[in-house]
Amino acid sequence: MSTMAKAVTEHISVRIWRGGEDGQYQTFSVPLRENQTVLDIVTWIQRYAEPTVAYRFSCRVGMCGSCGMTVNGQPRWTCRTHISKVIEDGKVEIGPLANLPVIKDLAVDMTPFFKKWQKAQGTFSGSIFPGSTTRHEDMPRIAPRSAGRVATDAAIECINCGVCFAACDTVRWNSDYLGPAALNRAWTLANDERDGAHRNRLRAVAKDGGCHACHSHQSCEQLCPKGLNPTTSIAGLKRLTMKAYIRGEL
Amino acid sequence: MGDLRLYILQRVTAAAMVPFILAHLFVIFYATSHGLSAAAILSRTQGSIGWGLFYGLFVLLAAVHGAIGVRSVLREWTPLGAKASDVVAAGFLLLLLLLGARAVFAVVMA
Repeated sequence: MSTMAKAVTEHISVRIWRGGEDGQYQTFSVPLRENQTVLDIVTWIQRYAEPTVAYRFSCRVGMCGSCGMTVNGQPRWTCRTHISKVIEDGKVEIGPLANLPVIKDLAVDMTPFFKKWQKAQGTFSGSIFPGSTTRHEDMPRIAPRSAGRVATDAAIECINCGVCFAACDTVRWNSDYLGPAALNRAWTLANDERDGAHRNRLRAVAKDGGCHACHSHQSCEQLCPKGLNPTTSIAGLKRLTMKAYIRGEL
Repeated sequence: MGDLRLYILQRVTAAAMVPFILAHLFVIFYATSHGLSAAAILSRTQGSIGWGLFYGLFVLLAAVHGAIGVRSVLREWTPLGAKASDVVAAGFLLLLLLLGARAVFAVVMA
């Protein structure tokens, strides 16, 4: 008997969310293999058991941020989550990310997530904004150890997987709240000397539902697959907006 | 008033309350450890401008601080909308101010 055949003698019970918001879980028996990820499990089900299962993935190596799902109650990036890490009593339950509308099965509509990212002015604002440089001036020289660069480095690796958004209590309670990822992105730009929209961005994140709505529960920090701490970024925005307010700039 | 101003006001009132809380706790421990009766306490506070100002300001800070917190709880944990939460929290602020002013008046003036 080959090692391959030996490896599939064990099966696990996998519950997968089916349908939209008012759907239900469907149970599948899936062969357990070594080094199997949660995404592998879902892919096996779609290929060999139920071809109508809808889910989203792309890179499979933790870069694109499209395979976020709720695994045994917690939001996770499924391509980098080994089943051995999350399995409980030979069972695993896989659902769509929380706090986002369900399109079908495990695929959620990420529109509210990215709309809020835009609302927090998460895009780099170059020379069209007053105060930023033009082609006639030198590029700002940013020392790798400068305070702004260090603060940006600590927060820049976000892949927009939506795990923090799904983990956040404040997002669940307050539909206006911009959420950890959008505010984390705003913080990286607030520390970027080349950006020309600092004041506008601070205004955007100081509005109702902005950074001041965060309760610092730190679920985002606990579950961020990239090991970032959006709560720290949001605390930074709270300080910046408070200082700007005191100076009369907001 | 928006989230930013209320956020700042809540932090400012929290910081300002620290010495008041410490003094208030000290007074409680002092009064109990010295076995002061209600009459003995009232004889010290009645007609005192200092105690009147101290507890008057303390009531104001606590009422503002607490009402802002209640506003957040109402917005996030109840089906009340944003405006209704503001109205209820403002009502709570008035209630705290009224009850607090009544208590200060009783201790200092009555």
